[in-house]
Amino acid sequence: MILSGSDIIVRTLIEQGVDIVFGYPGGQVINIYDSLYKYQNEINHILTAHEQGAAHAADGYARSTGKPGIVIATSGPGATNLVTGIATAYLDSIPMIAITGNVATTSIGTDSFQEVDITGVTLPITKHNYFVSDISELADTIREAFSLSVSGRPGPVLIDIPKDVQTAVCEFTPADKITPDERFPAKDIRIQAAAECINKCKKPFIYFGGGLTASGAQKEMLALAEKIDAPLGCSMMGISAIPTDTDGFLGMQGMHGHLACTTAMHNADCIIALGVRFNDRVMGDMKKFALNAKIVHIDIDGAEISKNTLDFTGLRGDLKETLIKLLPLIKESKKPNWKKDIQEYKDFENKNSDTRDGFTPKNIIEHLNKHFKQGTAVVTDVGQHQMWAAQYISLKSQRKFISSGGLGTMGFGLGAAIGSTFANKERVVLITGDGSFGMNLNELATAVRYNLPITVIIMNNSALGMVRQWQTFFFEKRYSNTDINSTTDFVALAKAFGASGEKVNTLDGFNSAVETSFKCDGTYIIDCEISKEELVLPMLPSGGSMEDIIINFEE
Amino acid sequence: MNRYTVAVLVQNKFGVLNKVTSMFRRRQFNISSLTVSETESNEFSRITVTFDGDEIKEQQLVNQLYKLPDVVSIRELDGKNTVSAELLLIKMANEAETRGDIIAAADAFEAKTVDYSRESMVFQLTADSIRIDEFINLMRDYNILEICRTGIVSLEKGAETIRKVTNL
Repeated sequence: MILSGSDIIVRTLIEQGVDIVFGYPGGQVINIYDSLYKYQNEINHILTAHEQGAAHAADGYARSTGKPGIVIATSGPGATNLVTGIATAYLDSIPMIAITGNVATTSIGTDSFQEVDITGVTLPITKHNYFVSDISELADTIREAFSLSVSGRPGPVLIDIPKDVQTAVCEFTPADKITPDERFPAKDIRIQAAAECINKCKKPFIYFGGGLTASGAQKEMLALAEKIDAPLGCSMMGISAIPTDTDGFLGMQGMHGHLACTTAMHNADCIIALGVRFNDRVMGDMKKFALNAKIVHIDIDGAEISKNTLDFTGLRGDLKETLIKLLPLIKESKKPNWKKDIQEYKDFENKNSDTRDGFTPKNIIEHLNKHFKQGTAVVTDVGQHQMWAAQYISLKSQRKFISSGGLGTMGFGLGAAIGSTFANKERVVLITGDGSFGMNLNELATAVRYNLPITVIIMNNSALGMVRQWQTFFFEKRYSNTDINSTTDFVALAKAFGASGEKVNTLDGFNSAVETSFKCDGTYIIDCEISKEELVLPMLPSGGSMEDIIINFEE
Repeated sequence: MNRYTVAVLVQNKFGVLNKVTSMFRRRQFNISSLTVSETESNEFSRITVTFDGDEIKEQQLVNQLYKLPDVVSIRELDGKNTVSAELLLIKMANEAETRGDIIAAADAFEAKTVDYSRESMVFQLTADSIRIDEFINLMRDYNILEICRTGIVSLEKGAETIRKVTNL
């Protein structure tokens, strides 16, 4: 059938299984919005307050479902407003498809109104991008983008479509929903080398990241852990991939990781790294990192092998498929001595844990845990509150910890929570800080417009806490521009947007506020007044090693 | 530090060179030479990259290249099974007291005189990069007006082709 370009765009999205898109209209996508109007019974468009919010919403939706999140924006400023959202998805390998309009092909390159070379701008932050100059290639380009975004290591793809391609007409041939590229295991010879290394080791440590969820290899990883009696730790992107209370799980590794986890990894003689990339926030000083460990690194992306560490054995392949082939080669063994060491690390962690009573970040998160249902998803922003959440949150099922890891995007939270709510179709909890929340709080308008059940917990310390913490430790308390002491009344703000909320400063007050929020049917803000002197501990200073870890801070 | 040469077959499409070089830039690969040209098929272009680094860096470069959807095939070329050449154009000042020496050197290197005027001479030399470096070094004793060199192009010896790697 003969269709316009904009109809082809929407029809192809529907054909690929999309029933929800996030975006913001504008001059160069007005035709696409006309088509969205036409097909509104088949595809739902969520209007945000700002394109950045739409990009984070698409990202939050993708993280919650594993399906690509779709975002639409107009040319120029609409497109550039997506940039932070696209980069966030890129650094965390999240499948996303960004569709931008652009000026007509006849005007491209003339600096016309709202013209930006968005394929040029997003080149380093997309897995791939397209400028579609010929309508006959439009449908297949969109299909290819779907395939690329979810195949191999997932990531965002941008499609820039000039106005005259949207208005042109062309024969449209419907096609099937794409299937992602087949998933291959690593080469046999590599799997054998890995098995040999694992069978010989006495102190194995399994370290997993976001790739575990992307591949769906939880069952196989846990089988491996049981077979070789190995403790497990994760990067921040790995949180919620397995239930927090899983036997042998030591928590998060890294700059603010759990002490037992960091110590176990440091003292291991074999690190089995699954879908992680040894980011600098995890490793600290590379030259002093787990010196006695042989690293067996399995990743779908060959470029991650030996990028940041010198791997003993690098296996390029799908995690699940590779582990299925690896497992039969692994000898079952008990490691009582290693277990004893691990117990010591745990005792040391417990001895150094924060045992204060009162309205402390740790107590807030631990009380919050009690309110969670099986499927409750937690979204965070970026900063101290994010690390407290990562340290103390207890989650039961996968894809329920939604947080900007690689890029560390303040302002990510509210948009992502909106996307996640549409995916989860139940109440989502956003943990944020007064700094992060201030960045994109305009999306409260969106949350209220769609009456979204979001509980917003603001860890309000009247400061930009994480940077302030660095200033405390490394800049002799010269608090340059981090004591924001804002007078914003977040409860009144919530009311202004049409949401509700309350301010709390006790644990009892907090518990009843969370209960109230879970009973109400819309967005509820809980403004938690905490001290600005609260720190995220332990802390491995940037580029430091085990012996540099700050465990307690004493004046 | 070693010198590596990698041949890359890419889709012959608008913007592909930009995608490849942008990756080199943002990942800080130190490229010493890069050539691009059309190939036996108008579907593909061929990029020849030479760069200095260690083996890990070379593996990184190849792995990162493979991640670009427009890259069709990659061949790592080592000196033994490869023929390589580069083209140099060098413009020298034509001065009475040095003219004889310059022409003698050019003859020794089998460089061709492609332009000759009262003020200048242009020589063309096709050779491997080391020989071209040697010739340029020799010319530095005289008055060089302008240099232009193409960068290396390489093909594997024998019947192997880059397209055979992926059965195109």
